[in-house]
Amino acid sequence: MSDLSLARAALDVTPPPDLGAQVEALSSRGMVAIRGDLADAGFAAALKAATGCDVPGVRRSTEAGECRVLWMSTDEVMIFCEWSAAPGVVASFMEKAGDAHVLALDVSDARAVFRVSGEKAWRVLAKGAPVDLERFGVGEVRRTRIATVATGIVRTGDDSFEVFCFRSFAAYMWDWLCVGAGAESLSDL
Amino acid sequence: MLLIQCPACGVEAEETEFAPGGEAHILRPEPGCSDADFAMYLFERKNPRAVHYERWRHAFGCGKWFHMARHTHTLEIFGVYAADAPEPPQEIKDRIAERTAS
Repeated sequence: MSDLSLARAALDVTPPPDLGAQVEALSSRGMVAIRGDLADAGFAAALKAATGCDVPGVRRSTEAGECRVLWMSTDEVMIFCEWSAAPGVVASFMEKAGDAHVLALDVSDARAVFRVSGEKAWRVLAKGAPVDLERFGVGEVRRTRIATVATGIVRTGDDSFEVFCFRSFAAYMWDWLCVGAGAESLSDL
Repeated sequence: MLLIQCPACGVEAEETEFAPGGEAHILRPEPGCSDADFAMYLFERKNPRAVHYERWRHAFGCGKWFHMARHTHTLEIFGVYAADAPEPPQEIKDRIAERTAS
């Protein structure tokens, strides 16, 4: 238990004042990585049973209740859920999947999630990611990099993005987002 | 700067999202081959000033390997194709023939 608190302590952070966009660390976010054949009907049924979500299309995400399913790769999806719900999601997915060749793993403590929101949120991310974020649809998912860190970005609303990366980069990512969201760096020249 | 389209996830991204994996379509020789053939397989690589078939990986994106036909001098990309293709698809060969003839 103490190890868990230590891992999560990295996300116990408060943003500096006077930012041009809101930045927050989502410390109660649970994550489950699932690999399998996304086109398989049994996979879709197991995912539906575990999360209530459909299998997302290429580079899209689907949402139901507290869960969001993100397309990660041709054979991988990631589930966002409550931290305490993640082990249950794994168990119910694996039970429903039966003998199918799939893998589900609770990766809540392996990754960190941040939310960047506000009118200028896309400009914060555009400083570090080689992605045209202005034309990035709501619900769209993009695995890319921010600065030099492998990152996933999902647009959860018109002015809201969630950014996830490996937990070992959490402190760096937090600092980077806070600098990028600084009022000065977002001012119109 | 190259703009590369990943055939697995469909993203067109700049080359910093990708990692090069060297020359493509290198065949491992049969067991019992000569040392010279095996050394060729291990070490000898082409370095043409021409169209080059390469392996690339969408390292910061979906993580998948794929193949690409690229001109090492003009940097023109003639197309990308699946990682498990034993040779370039005909349409890419046609495009190369058309572009390099003119």
